[in-house]
Amino acid sequence: MDFLVSSFAAALHLIGSFSPDVVDAARTSLAVSAGATVFAALFGVPVGLAVGLSGSRWKGFAVTALNTLMAVPTVVVGLFVYGFLSRQGPLGALGLLFTPTAIVIGGTLLASPIVANYTLASVRGADPRILPTALTLGAGRFRAVVTLVGEIRFGVFAAVIAGFGRVVAEVGVAMMLGGNIRGYTRTMTTAIALETSKGEFSFGMALGIVLMTVALIVNLFLSLLQRR
Amino acid sequence: MRTAARIANNGKGNGKMRRSLRFHGATLVAVLLVMTALPVRAEERLRMSTTTSTENSGLLSVLLPLFEKECGCKVDVIAVGTGKALKLGEAGDVDVVFVHARKLEDKFVANGFGVNRRDVMYNDFVLVGPPGDPAGVGKTQSATEAFRAISAKGSPFISRGDESGTHRKEKEIWASAGIAPKGAWYVEAGQGMGEVLTMATQKRGYALSDRGTYIAFRKKTDLVVLRQGDANLWNPYGIIAVNPAKFPHAKYGLAMKLIAFVTGPEGQALISGYKVGGEQLFFVSGEGKKN
Repeated sequence: MDFLVSSFAAALHLIGSFSPDVVDAARTSLAVSAGATVFAALFGVPVGLAVGLSGSRWKGFAVTALNTLMAVPTVVVGLFVYGFLSRQGPLGALGLLFTPTAIVIGGTLLASPIVANYTLASVRGADPRILPTALTLGAGRFRAVVTLVGEIRFGVFAAVIAGFGRVVAEVGVAMMLGGNIRGYTRTMTTAIALETSKGEFSFGMALGIVLMTVALIVNLFLSLLQRR
Repeated sequence: MRTAARIANNGKGNGKMRRSLRFHGATLVAVLLVMTALPVRAEERLRMSTTTSTENSGLLSVLLPLFEKECGCKVDVIAVGTGKALKLGEAGDVDVVFVHARKLEDKFVANGFGVNRRDVMYNDFVLVGPPGDPAGVGKTQSATEAFRAISAKGSPFISRGDESGTHRKEKEIWASAGIAPKGAWYVEAGQGMGEVLTMATQKRGYALSDRGTYIAFRKKTDLVVLRQGDANLWNPYGIIAVNPAKFPHAKYGLAMKLIAFVTGPEGQALISGYKVGGEQLFFVSGEGKKN
């Protein structure tokens, strides 16, 4: 009990004191997660729509592939991107390893399948009459799909938020590709891992509470955006 | 046919348009957030891979800020085990390495990955265990004998198991004892020093630790030092610049500045002046070893 009480007290203190380490980590977390979420939405939503609307016989295969990608562990994604970004990899000359950009790349790969899958699910759940109706009413193929997206916008929104959740909560990619550099690539989750490794459990727990608060604020903001 | 009606309505008004604008608005906010949060930093960045003990003990946060101020640069610290820290140097992913495994360091230099290896400081390894000392390690005369006693008794021993400098040292001692540790009592954690000390505390087991991390942990554990001071428990730290002939992108000039700083009078004074709970964690050459 002591542990939990002291964690909570430490969390309140951390939030109240605006410790620069915590502010930096929260900012880095938000920035890389937002960046990765934007890119994941740009890739994932069109892929989800394309697969959902496709009548191809490969559709079943594509769905299985997306489901599998959702289950890929974060460290595997991290390792894969690491292979590309290391100085010995094909993109090594860019010097991107251990930068926030590297985390954004990994996070994008991590979140895209989730966004695509959730989008796909809402396409499947949509009223099947939407597309034909829009087409009969004289909309072009593209205009009809835009109409469909408008109808399933809550599903697409949920897809993007789920993608954000995956990135902001993961530690494998951020640790491997960012390197947990203080004030630069240290995110909330890698900071928690570090504090835990130092045996500072209450401090780690406190950071966890800060992370949840940040996630809560982001989601409140998003749902506000959605409701308006 | 409500859907159709809605679509027809939307055709007249432009609710869809506004909605998509709002989507763009959200994207824009996100992009701006990224841009403000990741400023392009003009100052040069030096990448240093190092062992967890230099970072977790808090030494680097005392040592580096002064250097950063003097050179107007930033040092990016990637704290991993010594084995991985050297690997990062071998791949050219860092500019300088600061580690503790003398044999591996020499090999790193001999293979042409690094140049200008310098001694920085030392501390020592200690064998820690539960206060009751079930294996009777406190009565042994050497670290090697102590390891034999633990294995004979089958008391839990938590190994780093991660190819770190500490793990290397531990394997050396097992080899000198003529034992290939195996069995339920030998726990390979595959984690950092801190986690291993935590695990040893919870499992009432023994572990080999660098003194710095142990001192930093003393408030969080009831483990006590049972064996120390042997010649083979010596733990020197070295710093090596990554070879610019092999990796032209490596920031050799800046790396040499850092090496000059930590081995120079300012750096050495900071190292020997660094105390946790009133105890000195690292010693520089010329200082007496305290046991």
